[in-house]
Amino acid sequence: MENLSWFSTFGLVKGGMLMDKGVVKKAEKISDVKKKTKKRNINNTAYLFVLPFVIVFLLFSVYPVLRTLQLSFTNFKGYGKAQFIGLTNYSRVIKDKFFWRALGNTLNMWSVNIIVQLGIALLLTIVFNDIKYKIKGLSIFRAIFYLPNLIATTSIAFLFKTLLDWRFGTFNQLLRKLKIIDMPIDWLGSIKTAPYVISMIQAWMWFGNSFILLMAGVQGISKDYFEAATIDGAGRWKIFTRITLPLLRPILLYVTVTSAIGGIQLFDIPFLIGGGTIGNPNGKLQTAIMYLYKFGFETYQVGYASAVAYVIFLIILVVSVLQFRLYNRKEAQ
Amino acid sequence: MAYKIKKGIIYLLLIILGVICLLPFLLMAVNSTRSGNEIMTSFTLIPGDSLKENLDIVFDYFNLFRGFLNSVIVAVPATLLTAYFSSLTAYALAIYNFKGKKLLFGVIIVFLMIPGQLGLIGFYNLVSKLKLVDNYIPLIIPAIAAPGTVFFLRQYILSTLPHTLLEAARIDGAGELKIFHKIVIPVISPGIATMSIGAFIGNWNSYLVPLIILNTPSKFTLPVMVASLSSSTDISANQGAIYLSITISCIPILIVFAFCSKYIISSISAGSVKE
Repeated sequence: MENLSWFSTFGLVKGGMLMDKGVVKKAEKISDVKKKTKKRNINNTAYLFVLPFVIVFLLFSVYPVLRTLQLSFTNFKGYGKAQFIGLTNYSRVIKDKFFWRALGNTLNMWSVNIIVQLGIALLLTIVFNDIKYKIKGLSIFRAIFYLPNLIATTSIAFLFKTLLDWRFGTFNQLLRKLKIIDMPIDWLGSIKTAPYVISMIQAWMWFGNSFILLMAGVQGISKDYFEAATIDGAGRWKIFTRITLPLLRPILLYVTVTSAIGGIQLFDIPFLIGGGTIGNPNGKLQTAIMYLYKFGFETYQVGYASAVAYVIFLIILVVSVLQFRLYNRKEAQ
Repeated sequence: MAYKIKKGIIYLLLIILGVICLLPFLLMAVNSTRSGNEIMTSFTLIPGDSLKENLDIVFDYFNLFRGFLNSVIVAVPATLLTAYFSSLTAYALAIYNFKGKKLLFGVIIVFLMIPGQLGLIGFYNLVSKLKLVDNYIPLIIPAIAAPGTVFFLRQYILSTLPHTLLEAARIDGAGELKIFHKIVIPVISPGIATMSIGAFIGNWNSYLVPLIILNTPSKFTLPVMVASLSSSTDISANQGAIYLSITISCIPILIVFAFCSKYIISSISAGSVKE
């Protein structure tokens, strides 16, 4: 805006032979006043534009978060009056070993998932950026690898529940046909396999997503680095470990943090495969959010469930801050 | 020679990974044409001839088309609301100067980082106070406020929309809302399309919120309907029917994917710009 008015003034001086400097200045002042009032009017319409967003945002996003906080200090049961009981719910959450078990289950399933998921995504990133082999077909592979992420989690859960059924499931039949196993394996019924089946389903759903993000990260790295390194005689492995990987660190951090935040909210798949909030076999599939759901929507200990929500949130907050801290410290070195 | 063999092995591994991604869906499609008995006893990739039978069983049990329709009734308006109001809000945040702009933007950033489930209890509490339980309104109206989409579109507007275009329109005497409709929306439509596809898929697949809001089976959206499979069917007898209902639930997304995979992929990469 300022630049524009300067340009027009300049034009005026050049073109208006008869005008002396004082007149020009006056004209400028008048037009400035006019512009300011007009600007104010225009900017007032901005309030109108953001109003629908603000109303709905306050009602359906901000209010529920604050209301949950308020309920977490009460003994609300879903109906009637809520009584203020201070931090009782919170001390109950901290002392409840079943809460910690659910949180442990969640972290267990997430950590195996993130290792597999990031491992595959990194390998793929190396393969598709290799200067020697020049692998083609990136866009088609990328699309195929991403497909599992698009299908509804409920459909995925039932698909695997049916495929992995130990007596009649197609997966065991396939393995027997390929002579990999003799006896059918009870994938979803054994505590040794069930949590890791969930991890693998998660990894299967998300590695394409991480791969796309990492590829976008590599494409953001200036080609000059690679050229300079090649001229200096650096091998492919050295280029990867000394240039690509360090420059990918922000994206890796982003992928890990978002995956951790999403992973701690794991619900749909273990809920449907584990037969509801109980998380069978043996409660091994009960995640933190399933625990929250059980109290919030099954036994109606709403106040307690709200406290559970906030404890989960605080844990997510601490984990994110720690990850960023760790990253920044390494960066500083 | 060694080079060619190594390259061949790399391609082979990539193809195996691709097969792992696609095989479950292929098995699903094949099994949905086979009878429960055939599925239980043998493995094959050749389609059977029980599709009609399975269809009858599925529709005896529940009306999948109803679920389809319900999902459309929820997902389409929700996506349109997200697209329109996010663009409008993002435009205001990007172009105008007004009091409270910084505050609004700050709150949006904070809510980008807050996990969705934090407010779940409060959300249900609000919905029941408003007497909107078992209603589609709490599934559709909140779509007006999508902080992530606003954030992305604001960046998009800042980087693609030329100020001179707006100035020219103002000199021509166009009103602000008209400028938004006639100039801004067409210019930023690729960004809107990218975010809308993501929003549609999210709405279509959403499970937890519809699960707590909807009670009447005839109002269930597709994911909730599919999830109700577990509770009542005898799984060993109707496996073909189960596979078929899962297949049907996947079809719309597969169609969207077939036509828009480019947009979808670019929307993911765009997400990483957030940093």
